[in-house]
Amino acid sequence: MSDPNRIRLSLQRTGFTLDVDLALPPRGITVLFGPSGSGKTTVLRCVAGLERARGEVRVSGRTWQDDAYGEFLPTSRRPLGYVFQEASLFPHLSVAGNLHYAQRRARDANAISLDRAVELLGIGELLDRSTADLSGGERQRVAIARALATQPELLLLDEPLASLDPARRRELLPWLEHLRDGLGIPMLYVTHSADEMARLADTVVLMDAGRVVASGPPAVTLSRLDLPIAKDEDAGALLQGTVVQIDAAWHLARVDFGGGSVWLRDDGLREGERVRVRVLAREVSLALGPPVPGTASVQNVLACTVVGLQAGPHPSQALVALDCGGHRLLSRITARAADSLGLAAGMRVFAQVKSVGLVR
Amino acid sequence: MPFSREDLGAIWLTFKLASATTVVLLVLATPLAWWLAQARGRWAAGVGAIVALPLVLPPTVLGFYLLVVFGPQGWGGQLTQALGLGLLPFTFGGLLVASVIYSLPFAVQPLQHAFEAVGRRPMEVAATLRAGPIDAFFTVAIPLARPGFITAAILSFAHTVGEFGVVLMIGGNIPQQTRVVSTQIYGHVESLAYTQAHWLSGGMLAFSFVALLGLSLFTRRTARVMP
Repeated sequence: MSDPNRIRLSLQRTGFTLDVDLALPPRGITVLFGPSGSGKTTVLRCVAGLERARGEVRVSGRTWQDDAYGEFLPTSRRPLGYVFQEASLFPHLSVAGNLHYAQRRARDANAISLDRAVELLGIGELLDRSTADLSGGERQRVAIARALATQPELLLLDEPLASLDPARRRELLPWLEHLRDGLGIPMLYVTHSADEMARLADTVVLMDAGRVVASGPPAVTLSRLDLPIAKDEDAGALLQGTVVQIDAAWHLARVDFGGGSVWLRDDGLREGERVRVRVLAREVSLALGPPVPGTASVQNVLACTVVGLQAGPHPSQALVALDCGGHRLLSRITARAADSLGLAAGMRVFAQVKSVGLVR
Repeated sequence: MPFSREDLGAIWLTFKLASATTVVLLVLATPLAWWLAQARGRWAAGVGAIVALPLVLPPTVLGFYLLVVFGPQGWGGQLTQALGLGLLPFTFGGLLVASVIYSLPFAVQPLQHAFEAVGRRPMEVAATLRAGPIDAFFTVAIPLARPGFITAAILSFAHTVGEFGVVLMIGGNIPQQTRVVSTQIYGHVESLAYTQAHWLSGGMLAFSFVALLGLSLFTRRTARVMP
């Protein structure tokens, strides 16, 4: 068998057609990303068997559904963990009761023990509480631990942060990263938040109108000009880098991403730390010559080559794809500027990056 | 002693009848209410209407048909005789069957509403936690619908205690066998024993008020939602 994790689903409904074919990597987070109504949640529900689509679902080499052979396992017999948008803890059970409910029904394959799930999500203190006494973020952590307690071979997360306020979201994100790095199982994560996707994705699957538009590593996929997301206000490149220098006096940190380095705000970074940074297209302006030192406020200047040009979301705008030492950047400038600079593929330019956001 | 021996017998019989009816109803109404809460379409609408019939039919109509069906010539009567149970009319068993049918909507409807309020999501969650449908029904649906069970039990019990017409039709008011409090009061009033009637009626009034007060306090307290 070539792909141990294969999801091929098609579904016809009035006004909606789903047609996807995915191969999941054996571990790490695959983010299903797209606007609402693009079918992300439907894919997740079909993988879980909560809804019925035609096709094939195979996880860790085991077939959960294959309509060619009339196979369809009911949800309760699929070794999966499912985290719903709202935490959906059982109100008639305590936190520990909710976890034990899952654990008692788990298979004996010892992938993840309950203790490990409790530790991974830091909920040891909450075990004796009633579910009504938890904050939104705590509930969602318990719900994730409960899903892990079933010892799943695939973890499905349906916008697990969507029902939380921004502060709770920030509180939960590190736990999700912790999971990504600590679990040896694939995770399928649905979101329409570019931030969550940039931060968590090992692989991103862009969906639109029930179809997969593109998929691949986020750094490559996010900076493609030909995809609808390039037109977003938040369009931009995602770079993976290492903190190489801390300027304590000015509270800045320098991150080297292989094609160059950028300075960004230091909120307690350590040298040597691996981080992800977002360089939004609207923060990148272009110049034909190198800046004269001491004459401009912009601190980050990267020597690049123009790879391509395309009209922006508004007729006044142009999107420029850049290559910076093998890494892709996007710049959004006015169409008039692009014209007066005479930008064309292959030209050498200097990208001036006003601000760089840390997604870690 | 305000109650005569006959009065006490009627009170005990009423209690026995209401308790047995409540138990039988909870067992029968639970699967029926679950099905009604899940099912869509014409079948469910039809069954829902049949279940609600005792709410609007005069008890005499119900009693009449039960007499016909369970009488010696009716198919129900043939069946009970073939099973060696004898004829149901004018026995405690007959009263029980009649009470169960007469109070059916008072058990089914609160349960159905409770199951509908639980919704599909908790059952989906249970399925993703490896609970099969029957497992999930007993460990999730029933505990979450607990307020509905308590309402159904209180209403079934109180409504059975308050029955009159059906009891008279199918029970026949036989002392110690089918004479319950409501028919005993009727007897007292007929024979102008107003003091006795007062004691029993007052007792019924107090019981009904306490039952409904308890129910009202309970439903106010349990506005539970899933976090």
